[in-house]
Amino acid sequence: MTARRGIRAFSLGYLAIILVAPVGLIFWRAFEHGIHPFWAAISNANAVHALKLTLEITAIVVPLNTAFGILCALAIVRHRIPGMGFVNALVDLPLALSPVVVGLALYLLYGRDGWFGHWLLGHGVQVLFALPSMVLATTFVSLPFVVREVVPVLREIGIQQEEAAATLGASAFTTFRRITLPAIRWAVSYGVVLTTARSVGEFGAVSIVSGGIAGRTQTLTQYVQASYENFDQTGAYAASVLLAMLAITTLLLMTVVKRGDRSS
Amino acid sequence: MAIEARNVTKRFGDFLALDDVSISVESGSLTGLLGPSGSGKSTLLRVIAGLETPDTGEVFISGKEATAVAPQKRGVGFVFQHYAPFTHMTVWDNIAFGLSIRRRPKEEIHARVTELLELVQLNGLGKRYPSQLSGGQRQRMALARALAAEPELLLLDEPFGALDARVRKELREWLLRLHDEMHVTTIFVTHDQEEALEVADNVVVMNAGRVEQVAPPRELYDHPANPFVMSFVGPVNRLGEAWVRPHDIEITHEPNGVAQEAQVERIVRLGFEVRVDLVRDDGERLHVQLTRNEAEVLELAPSDIVYVRTRVERTFSENGEPTRPAPSSVS
Repeated sequence: MTARRGIRAFSLGYLAIILVAPVGLIFWRAFEHGIHPFWAAISNANAVHALKLTLEITAIVVPLNTAFGILCALAIVRHRIPGMGFVNALVDLPLALSPVVVGLALYLLYGRDGWFGHWLLGHGVQVLFALPSMVLATTFVSLPFVVREVVPVLREIGIQQEEAAATLGASAFTTFRRITLPAIRWAVSYGVVLTTARSVGEFGAVSIVSGGIAGRTQTLTQYVQASYENFDQTGAYAASVLLAMLAITTLLLMTVVKRGDRSS
Repeated sequence: MAIEARNVTKRFGDFLALDDVSISVESGSLTGLLGPSGSGKSTLLRVIAGLETPDTGEVFISGKEATAVAPQKRGVGFVFQHYAPFTHMTVWDNIAFGLSIRRRPKEEIHARVTELLELVQLNGLGKRYPSQLSGGQRQRMALARALAAEPELLLLDEPFGALDARVRKELREWLLRLHDEMHVTTIFVTHDQEEALEVADNVVVMNAGRVEQVAPPRELYDHPANPFVMSFVGPVNRLGEAWVRPHDIEITHEPNGVAQEAQVERIVRLGFEVRVDLVRDDGERLHVQLTRNEAEVLELAPSDIVYVRTRVERTFSENGEPTRPAPSSVS
């Protein structure tokens, strides 16, 4: 009994110090002088643009990585393609690699003298310091989530339902749409939520490739940093609260997804 | 001929699952593929369904070459060992699946599903999910699903394997009746010799990826082609070179010249059947099956000394061919 109470006290205390205190402080500081300065700070043109840009990047990256994630998981689990074991390991790379390294790699690849950048610039395509590079960087760092959620579920459901559908006359696509997809839907939703959270919060890789030009290539995380460095503390806190609220919304969605998962 | 497999070989890595297998199944028949686990019987079924592609050999369905035909286009109904229910669909939607993907009219689907629910005795359970059904109900749902699109061929992989003894027996009888009504060519896989002998009108005995014998149940039991079949389709005693069924051993209290002495070790009464374990004076163990009446007349008790002789025994030559069965004694 005492042991259990001890464990509970420890985990709550840990959460309070590591998690609740900093986030709470952000909220407190943002609303310290009432709702007015907060509202003024986030309705500032640069802040609005940063929010829009973050959502725009997320809106591109999440569908991309969801489609890739499902296909990749199917390839890893269902098809005995040679080299898939290697792909399976490679998918985890973004989890292990620091986003700064990713940013630098993209910088070198798409820069004026980079392998792709030289050619692309020659054809009038600006990747670096523009939306494409930010999307690339965010796609890279949020790549593993859907794959990692879907692979174990695909393994668990096995191939029998799919084989049954085939003997009943269903084409590969019909089987995927009517059998496989419904069976993995909660794993996919879960992966989507994680991908969204990661995309919204991405900072390291994007900050290297975007240039962080206010009102043009500045995401919300970069806006927080820039405001803080310019001694605009209210602006930094307000934007942080915005990020935190996006995160909380995502977490709420995740809870809904989890509940659905349990009821199925 | 509804189904024919010619010289089918299939390997999984180093494992030879099917070794030059040829069988033919008559239209409208009920065929059992019988064998121990790993004998290749399920693989053969899956090759016929198109779920596995043979390394070499051919499959013919209704006289047409079908080796490379996709499972979708073979017109087979397949019932999986663990039924493979579509877990996120209701019983109704499971059964309707084959029809709805063929875009049949709604009224037709409704009529057919209603009819099938009746046939498999699941009336009123259409709105349930597979997880809310018992094992036997799930099995019948899988069967209805396989029958919905009126397949030419029904394939069942260990259809009763995961059910308890009583439900198995019920379903066996029910499958027989169903087959009598529908006359759809049916092949089922089983490792249970009793099930194969009871249900099938033709049995294919398999072992280590090869066909050992193809015969109707009675012939299989009375004229096994080799020692493997002899010992797999029923209990057997090995007496030197001879193989004897437990019910082909006679027990008497008096020696009459040709019988051998043995001591009763154990008696097990199983209703109608009584099993007696004996040890012969040369140390050889014998299992004998008696009817209840025979046992009552003999009034056996453990450690009694009795005399045994075999009524029918079989011998096989070195290459496994049966040598002519002969009574061991002149009576």
